[in-house]
Amino acid sequence: MKIITCIKQVPDSEAKVTAQNGQPSWGEAPLVINPFDEYAVEAALLQREAQDGEVIALCIGPDSAKDALKHALAMGADSAILVSDPALGALDSQGAARVLAAAIQKIGGADLAIFGRQTLDEGTGLTVSQTARALGWPLLSFAGSIKAEGGKITVERVIEEGKQTVSAAAPAVLSVVQSIGEPRYPSFMGIRKASKAVIPVWTLADLDIAAPAPVVTRAELLNPPVRDQACEMLTGETPEAIAETLVEKILAEKVL
Amino acid sequence: MDFSLSADHRMAQKMVRDFAQKEVAPVIKEFDRKQEPIPWVYRRMGELGLLGICLPEKYGGQGMDYISLGLACEELEAVDTHLRVAMSVHTGLCALTLLQWGSEEQKQRLLVPLARGEKIGCGAFTEPGMGSDVAAMQTSAKREGDSYLLNGEKMWISLAANADFALVTARSDSKAAKPAEALSSFLVDLSSPGVTRGALHGKLGVRAGVTGWLKFDNVRVPLENRIGAEGEGFKITMSGFDHGRYTVASGATGIIRACRDASVAYAQNREAFGKPIAEYQLIQQKIAQMAQDYEIARLLYLRVGWMKNEGLRPTLETSYAKKFASEASFHAASEAIQIHGAYGYSNEYDVERHLRNARGAMIYEGSSEIQTLIQAGYALGQRQNKALRCELPPYQG
Ligand SMILES: Cc1cc2nc3c(=O)[nH]c(=O)nc-3n(C[C@H](O)[C@H](O)[C@H](O)COP(=O)(O)OP(=O)(O)OC[C@H]3O[C@@H](n4cnc5c(N)ncnc54)[C@H](O)[C@@H]3O)c2cc1C
Repeated sequence: MKIITCIKQVPDSEAKVTAQNGQPSWGEAPLVINPFDEYAVEAALLQREAQDGEVIALCIGPDSAKDALKHALAMGADSAILVSDPALGALDSQGAARVLAAAIQKIGGADLAIFGRQTLDEGTGLTVSQTARALGWPLLSFAGSIKAEGGKITVERVIEEGKQTVSAAAPAVLSVVQSIGEPRYPSFMGIRKASKAVIPVWTLADLDIAAPAPVVTRAELLNPPVRDQACEMLTGETPEAIAETLVEKILAEKVL
Repeated sequence: MDFSLSADHRMAQKMVRDFAQKEVAPVIKEFDRKQEPIPWVYRRMGELGLLGICLPEKYGGQGMDYISLGLACEELEAVDTHLRVAMSVHTGLCALTLLQWGSEEQKQRLLVPLARGEKIGCGAFTEPGMGSDVAAMQTSAKREGDSYLLNGEKMWISLAANADFALVTARSDSKAAKPAEALSSFLVDLSSPGVTRGALHGKLGVRAGVTGWLKFDNVRVPLENRIGAEGEGFKITMSGFDHGRYTVASGATGIIRACRDASVAYAQNREAFGKPIAEYQLIQQKIAQMAQDYEIARLLYLRVGWMKNEGLRPTLETSYAKKFASEASFHAASEAIQIHGAYGYSNEYDVERHLRNARGAMIYEGSSEIQTLIQAGYALGQRQNKALRCELPPYQG
């Protein structure tokens, strides 16, 4: 079984993201593998353990994004590929999907392409479905568990309404949710292997495509307005007296 | 000169940080209060390869370098000292000493299970009547044919209750000309007949870690478990301290960082006299001191890690790192409590635990006074590094 896991590098979840000159800035916070994508890598490794085969991690990003791929290698992925090209400026989700689909085809296809449910930075959750469409593969989204048998992929989708079991013929695109299992830590052996790994970098020319023009552009990015909050502790003899003061305050402040 | 960490250092650091923060941080207060060990913690550290992090792959270890050992200790102790203590005694005092002084046969037989984390090791030097004065120890090892008979008592031994093996230094020749030449080292299987052990209670800190005693009553130790030659025990113990102290130094650096971070977060949120206390210069001074001490402590231990990688002897440099970091961590914890005010004085916050934990490192693995004597000895030319019969192997990559 050949599994491609698509990952992205994003600012650490603890980064303080602000708008600066219309662009997002996360200061000096480190860049990490998108936490949702760690579940995708975990899902891919679980499938490899169950079925045998290989796991390839795929990422679009600048050279520094190799660190995210190294994380996937350290977790146990067999190989990694970075797609990097100066022409790839501001990619929207559709652009990313086109590039990923082209890279997946250049790899020679796969049985499964597994994504995290969304990214921590953009958070659209669209890339996965758009990649499925670009490839013409079925999409099995929000998978909480995966079973692959005789070319048939069955997943249990974890959705707001409950659980839903669906299946499709491979090759398929999947997105996974947390119930797939806690992502394993990288092992020290994996870390050593990853740090020595030479990660091939593919350009748009290698993929034989032009830079996709964004269909969605960001008009303006603003910091949220500063909220002026004040906290006042109400005191009183009895709970009833405190409640009465509270009601008076709420009315006076015209909250109700 | 290159001050940046490599990709594998950064990955190892993050992996250990994730383990400590996700798995241990949520439960540490509870176990520290109960003064009980976390039942799964050493098994988990073994599974993750932490206990054999810097031991060569050919001996069952993970094959990372010595800098990674320091980075791991910093991450572990930023959460709690007892995690780092396991690295100090199992990996530092016991396993690295075996790597340095053990025969090839001993490494295969004794180091491999330690490196894999299948067996737990500790280091037993201190006795009820001595600590700093290693040459004055009374536990005796009497040669009888192909074995030694061990008699005596060791006290204040970290992991004594958990360990399978103890690296024990004992007096093998009471007639030696110099006291230091009377000692020999043994790797003792703690399941041997005649070994009894127990835990010591009422410690100020490291309360989730068990510190205990070992008693040897005619314990037969086979000759093949003597580490090094007869009479080399003092040198072996001292080189073990080079390894242990390195872990203490890097761990204490983690306490400084944890105190700095806790202080910054608290000072930015707590208001007094109409503004966050972080805006007062007297508070800023404390935070700046922690930030600076963290950098100094970190550079000092990283240099030791680098020297170990290169196969250089870092006895003096380790002493600087250990004394500075342990004292600065205690000071950082005390100032962090000050910044937290009354809350800092309660076990609702972590800083009081850091204070109690930090205090121990100024005593064990060579007290601050002993470190001062070492440093003065080198400065005055009374001490220098003499080549040892066995040196710690440099990092092979
Ligand atoms: C939590 C904890 C864990 C420990 N774990 C271990 C372990 O795993 N294995 C182990 O073997 N031991 C362990 N120890 C023991 C520790 O190593 C000793 O406590 C330490 O070596 C100091 O010895 P001592 O307590 O006997 O003090 P002493 O040697 O009696 O010293 C008492 C005081 O006198 C000072 N002093 C001694 N000599 C001089 C001198 N020449 N000049 C000036 N001042 C001097 C000391 O610095 C100290 O302040 C542990 C201790 C603690 C608290």
